[in-house]
Amino acid sequence: MSQPEIQIEGLEVFFGEGHERNRVVHGIDLSVAQGESYGLVGESGSGKSTVLRALVGLVTDWHGAMHVGGEALSGAKRSKAFYRRVQMVFQDPYASLHPRQTIDRVLSETLALHGIKDGVDARIDRLLEQVGLGGGFRFRYPHQLSGGQRQRVAIARALAPEPKVLLLDEPTSALDVSVQAEILNLLSDLRAEFGLTYLMVSHDLGVIGHMCDRVAVMQTGEIVETLEVEAMRRLQAEHPYTRHLLDSALRSSGHEGVEAAQRSAS
Amino acid sequence: MTSHTHTDAKPGLKAWLLSDTPQSRGQARAAAWYQGWLKLTSNKLTSLGLIVLTLLVLAAIFAPLLATNDPFVQDLGARLKPPGWEGHFFGTDSLGRDIYSRLLYGARISIYIVLLVALVAPLLGLIIGTTAGYFGGWVDTVLMRVTDIFLAFPRLILALAFVAALGAGIENAVLAISLTAWPPYARIARAETLTIRNSDFIHAIRLQGAGPLRIITRHVWPLCISSLVIRVTLDMAGIILTAAGLGFLGLGAQPPSPEWGAMISEGRKYILDYWWVATIPGLAIFAISLAFNLIGDGLRDVLDPKEAGK
Repeated sequence: MSQPEIQIEGLEVFFGEGHERNRVVHGIDLSVAQGESYGLVGESGSGKSTVLRALVGLVTDWHGAMHVGGEALSGAKRSKAFYRRVQMVFQDPYASLHPRQTIDRVLSETLALHGIKDGVDARIDRLLEQVGLGGGFRFRYPHQLSGGQRQRVAIARALAPEPKVLLLDEPTSALDVSVQAEILNLLSDLRAEFGLTYLMVSHDLGVIGHMCDRVAVMQTGEIVETLEVEAMRRLQAEHPYTRHLLDSALRSSGHEGVEAAQRSAS
Repeated sequence: MTSHTHTDAKPGLKAWLLSDTPQSRGQARAAAWYQGWLKLTSNKLTSLGLIVLTLLVLAAIFAPLLATNDPFVQDLGARLKPPGWEGHFFGTDSLGRDIYSRLLYGARISIYIVLLVALVAPLLGLIIGTTAGYFGGWVDTVLMRVTDIFLAFPRLILALAFVAALGAGIENAVLAISLTAWPPYARIARAETLTIRNSDFIHAIRLQGAGPLRIITRHVWPLCISSLVIRVTLDMAGIILTAAGLGFLGLGAQPPSPEWGAMISEGRKYILDYWWVATIPGLAIFAISLAFNLIGDGLRDVLDPKEAGK
């Protein structure tokens, strides 16, 4: 295997200034191979989204080393090549689309920013088709779309510059359960089709289990355990916090909990 | 601002405008405008304001055709005649000039002042407010303290000072009013920008590599403009009154120009015995101010970004 697509070493992120400066991510290491789908899981406030935000430069106050596609990152500035290579899908599709711009405008603006001038019309039609939206949606405004349709538009925007890496910040947590499944399947299909690398943040172990090959479990700004999804499915977690997460996931879906499940499996 | 061609729409055109699945950029834009127009005119008071304003604009445009007399010709033999006297609808002023004709020509001056101020002041406020709001930090501090200094002076007093420095006249009155009117717009634009700049759609466009200039002008401005347009229409009355006030104090339009404020000022001396000389231009100012206020109210319902899209 060649060099990893995303490599993060000793990442520390700070919020606030002066006396109120707080370390919220405490030196995490993470490595995502090309074409891999990697999950970051943890409860609210564990710093998982912050890692994504530091990666793309939305959070500026960080230490450590981050490489994407071999390119070293620093501060908040990112190169043009980075923006083309790495795209992000946000959590809330109601907030991530400009309320006064048609879908056409959103996508053509994105293409223009990446310097793509040829065949813009055909490209927009193809992008909408790729995310399962017909041409009838092209000139609508976001408020005329449902949540799932908006998230599809956000995914189309992320695909516009033909990226290698998609950062998914809880892409389905604002959607209904039935729509969640559609969006997750769409994301899986797109990864297979374009050979994308995913770094996905979620608090939902079910979503991560469906989408990812490997999982890192975060708690209060630290990665407590990294494991293969297969191992997670077999409930072979070492760290008590991971077991706690698995336990509550099982209980909330009507099962008995980790201990009972393991007893009945053996 | 909204085209009147929409009103005489044929059924086919109407269906095209109300289509759920527009087929082109132009259609999407026209449909958005048309729906705004329908919403605006569904408010009866706003429609009344639009009608009054349209009449005033038409009166200003066709003043030479509608006027019964030359607004500048004096007839000292027929001074201070009451309304209806020998074809003078609204009577004559202290120099025997026809008030009705002067009112028509005065509408041109008022509308000219309002349009110029309404272009200059909000644009200045928009640029300063969005810049301060988007960049934050010391840029914000410097720009907002300058804004505070301007806000600290009473508006008419500051306008008086500017006119006194620049010299009396309509152009200088416009400039003075614009220079005193921009701070509230800057405040509004800054507040809007503060709520917008940390939203995901601005983050998303930043992650496409867009620079601050592009983000401010193409993504922040469109969202600020609606609240500014509302504020401008509501402020129009104030602008007209300030212009009239400057005219009244003799620092705006100069005699014999038929500016409404100056007309009131001239009529003030005779207000007890010859009430119409001051009252009729006063009613005109009242009508145009009320029309703008009614339109502003309706526009707020149509444009308020907090209401739109829900």
